Amino acid sequence: MSEILLLLLSTALVNNVVLIKFLGLCPVMGVSKSVDSALGMGLATTFVITLAAGASWMLDNWLLAPYGLGYLRILSFILVIASVVQFTEMFIKKSSPGLYQSLGIYLPLITTNCAVLGVALLNVQQQFSLFKSLLYGFGSALGFTLVLLIFAGLRERVALVRVPAAFAGAPIAFITISLLALAFMGFSGLNV
Amino acid sequence: MIAAILSLTVLGAVLGIILGVANKFLQVEGNPVVEEVLAMMPGSNCGQCGFPGCAGAAEAIVDGSAAPTCCPPGGKALASAIAARLGLTVDLSALGDDGPKIAVVSEELCIGCCRCSKVCPTDAIIGAAKQVHNVFREACTGCSSCIEKCPTEALVMKPVPITLQHWVMPRPLTA
Amino acid sequence: MGFMKHFKHLFGNDWGVHPEDHKRPAADQPVRVMPLPARLYLPLQQHLGGPARPAVLVGQQVKKGELIAEAQGAVSAPIHAPTSGTIVAVTEITAPHPSGLSLPAIIIEPDGLDEWTELNACADPFALDPADIGKRVAAAGVVGLGGAAFPAAVKLSGAKRSSVTTLVMNGGECEPYLSCDDRQMRDSAAGIVDGIRIMLHATGAAKALVGIEDNKPEAIAAMRAAAASFSNVEICPVPARYPMGSEKQLIQALTGKEVPADGLAFDIGVLVHNVGTALAVRAAIREGKPLISRLVTVNGQCMANPGNIEVRIGTLAEEVIAFAGGLKGEGLGLARRVMGGPMMGMQIPHWRVPVVKGTSGILAFDAAEVAAQAPDPCIRCGSCVKACPMGLLPLEMSARIRVEAYDEAIGLGLKDCIACGCCAYVCPSKIPLVQYFVHAKGELAAQGRAKLRNDATKKLAQQRQDRLAREAREKAEAAAKRKAEREAAAAAKAAAEASGQTQGQTQGQTQGEAA
Repeated sequence: MSEILLLLLSTALVNNVVLIKFLGLCPVMGVSKSVDSALGMGLATTFVITLAAGASWMLDNWLLAPYGLGYLRILSFILVIASVVQFTEMFIKKSSPGLYQSLGIYLPLITTNCAVLGVALLNVQQQFSLFKSLLYGFGSALGFTLVLLIFAGLRERVALVRVPAAFAGAPIAFITISLLALAFMGFSGLNV
Repeated sequence: MIAAILSLTVLGAVLGIILGVANKFLQVEGNPVVEEVLAMMPGSNCGQCGFPGCAGAAEAIVDGSAAPTCCPPGGKALASAIAARLGLTVDLSALGDDGPKIAVVSEELCIGCCRCSKVCPTDAIIGAAKQVHNVFREACTGCSSCIEKCPTEALVMKPVPITLQHWVMPRPLTA
Repeated sequence: MGFMKHFKHLFGNDWGVHPEDHKRPAADQPVRVMPLPARLYLPLQQHLGGPARPAVLVGQQVKKGELIAEAQGAVSAPIHAPTSGTIVAVTEITAPHPSGLSLPAIIIEPDGLDEWTELNACADPFALDPADIGKRVAAAGVVGLGGAAFPAAVKLSGAKRSSVTTLVMNGGECEPYLSCDDRQMRDSAAGIVDGIRIMLHATGAAKALVGIEDNKPEAIAAMRAAAASFSNVEICPVPARYPMGSEKQLIQALTGKEVPADGLAFDIGVLVHNVGTALAVRAAIREGKPLISRLVTVNGQCMANPGNIEVRIGTLAEEVIAFAGGLKGEGLGLARRVMGGPMMGMQIPHWRVPVVKGTSGILAFDAAEVAAQAPDPCIRCGSCVKACPMGLLPLEMSARIRVEAYDEAIGLGLKDCIACGCCAYVCPSKIPLVQYFVHAKGELAAQGRAKLRNDATKKLAQQRQDRLAREAREKAEAAAKRKAEREAAAAAKAAAEASGQTQGQTQGQTQGEAA
């Protein structure tokens, strides 16, 4: 049990995909203007990462490794991820047109979110079991959602104040997220 | 080589079938967002945006081929409402919104030809043949489609006067 | 002290502000009655709701108290001639409004006779039907004299319908500088109590609670003496704090009940009226006199001789000031002109603006009183949160209004804001918080109007399309009918012609016509 908890904590906080591993920065900068769409994006990405982690484990352990097709790993993982994203897109379009509209181009772009592929490949690298890779994927996705939400909340507040013209827009967002990254660096103190 | 081709083909085919089935179940009829935007539009189908009616404009705005600011009768209020709905940022200053305008008939120039009242999308112009016409202030949307029909230039667009009932306290400048 | 129970819950709950009240010495000066001015300017909209419609013609002679503009719509009030004279014009004049826009007004030139028209007095108001009292008050054009100028009769008859149990009389006069209610309670306490009793009869309420701030001991004493013989009129001193005279705050202080958000005082069985309104209601019922004059406080550091003046509605502020003794130093130090109270009144562009039914004060402030200062950034001290009598978060709301996020501001309770100005008063950064809220409310109202207009347009466009379709159909039907008639006529003609000829020829003719 403590192992599960440790795995979740270390993937979500200590080894946060966004702020420590610097994966998946594109949606974090792109879909963090409002907490609502950030939450939608976070949930969609969580779904994709967890599912992709499980599917890629199965693909790797049951197909690629037994037949010595390791060189096809990235290619076939991308294929799996792309279809999971397609499915998610269809689902969101059907269930929540408003969220679909507000996520816009960033929804299909989950395909190229390097956090998704990164988590799948890291899973293989660390030789996890199926359950652990699902957990690893879920924990990473939780960390992604957490950062996206915190950052969106910060940006909502930043939108209310007067920012010097030179810093308005993207620059102040980069400054904010770098401060957030510094704060997350603090978690690695737990990892000594 | 053969194993690689075969496995990728099988993988692709399986995923394709899954997606195909999912698409069947998750099919969305029409675009609900277009309908929402259409409900916001004035609905007079005046055609000033360059699209065939408000439905065409709503579709173009949603798919991004037209700006939310393309509707002159809707003005700033409509543009900001649509932008908020679609999560877009629009440059409202580009709209040059100098307040709503309505058509006004100069009575000494009107010859009562009835050409303007035929094109008015909201039936805001009244008047019989050979009689001076007049514009219902409340019904005029300011689409100005009547202006070019007038042979004597008796119709002009004038800004709606601001009255005590319509006055809004200006936003404080600083802080 | 029995009355203390009414506002016990308020102690330890420190909303509001305690500004320097500046009421004396103006409040202690006896009332001066202003003589007839050269001309009277009577705006057609002196009240909330629909404007009045002129009922006189230019050049017409009117008597004092004669109807010159009638109410239009459900919420409206008529206007009466404040003196006898001639209608010289119906034209646009500058409104007593911060926008400086103009509004239509009737201009009367007094003939100096000041002759009353025939009055419909009533010796025993308690024998009248409550609905009849409402009608008489409506006909007399009485509006709330506290400042908002809501037609009094609308409130009275609404209270009867929603079975109000308590009448709360507002003698709080929490706005600094103003003392007209104070003066009236000192001078005409018996009349006010009589007016309150008439209102009780009209609404069917069981008791009246008169809330008076404890900084007016003379008024409290006078009112206590006048109400001593009536058990259903209770005088309740309330602590002096701004905005104690606001409807929701006064109700809570006196009855302990809270008016729900988005609700009315009616919803908890309470009706609120100003004490000055009670006097106007009494005059309207007992003497049949319409509302044609009111008490106006003239005050402010720039005023040479502050005090309370009985002024006819329609007198220009300029003339009131001249009568009161003018401005100090010819108005050199004047920094701001205000009509109404300093907190919620209106800044006016010049003094050539008439006194209307809701004008409680004419204030001339110098630079020290205005203390204008450019706003600094918000330091998030929370003073405005503490001061807000409605328990809102002014700093958060204004930040959202600044970036036009009105929906979020509404979510924070913008619609509950009473625009009392406490937040702006306490703000150490001098941020014009209340102006943000007034602006946002105006903007939202404008958006609401735009939406209504949009809906109306849609309906009109649909009706036009239906009409065009109907016309096209009728045209087609008419054409088909004409064609059928023509064919029938031709057939008949052919039949007549063919009566002596062969049948084959007739058929050929018909076929040729059809082709």
